[in-house]
Amino acid sequence: MKVKFLLPLLLFIVLVIFLAIGLNRDPQEVPSPLINKPAPAFEIPQLSETNQSFSPASMKGQVWILNVWASWCVACREEHPVLVELAKSKAAPIIGLDYKDKREDALAMLATQGNPYLLSAFDSNGRVGIDYGVYGVPETYVIDKAGVIRFKHIGPITMNILNQKIYPLISELQKS
Amino acid sequence: MKPILLIALCVLSFGSSFAKDAAPLADDPVIEQRLISISEEMRCLVCQNESLAGSRSDLANDLRREIRTLIKEGKSDDQIRSFMVERYGDFVLYRPPVKPITWLLWIGPFIILLIGIAGLLTYLRRRNNAVSIITLSDDDNKRIDALLNNKSGKGAL
Repeated sequence: MKVKFLLPLLLFIVLVIFLAIGLNRDPQEVPSPLINKPAPAFEIPQLSETNQSFSPASMKGQVWILNVWASWCVACREEHPVLVELAKSKAAPIIGLDYKDKREDALAMLATQGNPYLLSAFDSNGRVGIDYGVYGVPETYVIDKAGVIRFKHIGPITMNILNQKIYPLISELQKS
Repeated sequence: MKPILLIALCVLSFGSSFAKDAAPLADDPVIEQRLISISEEMRCLVCQNESLAGSRSDLANDLRREIRTLIKEGKSDDQIRSFMVERYGDFVLYRPPVKPITWLLWIGPFIILLIGIAGLLTYLRRRNNAVSIITLSDDDNKRIDALLNNKSGKGAL
């Protein structure tokens, strides 16, 4: 008889657990189907050296980071110091993908805030972004020596994410 | 006369600045119709409660343009759908495909319905069994008759 009275309470607790899990997950974070798939190929002009192009194929054989950014994106400015820190550590080269930006604005931002990128590719119409499933800048990809995407982060990278996920992953990928 | 001219100029320039924002219409209504039927079934990733057809976000504009190009290239609806899924995952589809990971999603509600029906049936059966059959003695019957007569008498009031 007592169990019967406890049943609504148990159901309520189960409901609360489900809601708590649901509320603590970020609905903006959509799992990417690109993880463990080869990074899509592209060849587009660079941001600063307009007559030179960049293609992911040129990064084969090293672990590298692709960071999608734009000067108009507020969260990118927030993330920028973390990227500068990452560049200083020399853990892996960072390639920027300047997404739907104006060249002069992008160059001005790098001039004032520092340039963590080995180079930036200039994706003026966002076509490369579509191939990488970009839907909210900034986004960051860790790509291994074989050119396979191993990790994707949507939204600004924090020091926490850098220390807990990205650094360990890079050193693990460097070994293989 | 001059102020009127100035006002007219202001109004005209406003008009042109708004006109610039209008989305480019495809020349082909057939393509546009297919674009709508495909993109209505897809989620806009920026504003997740809107379909790709209805969203005014920048990314949705780009993706609609991309789908338009794919249609012009002669791609089938399925090919276009898989183009989107390869990039953004099943999440873009409002109707998730039936596969092992979504089995629970598709069959789950029916399982819950079955559990509910089973629960209801056992409850009803148990309740039927709980009603014990009482045999009435002659005295009881007499008392019942008296009470019923009494009541009908009251009802006549």
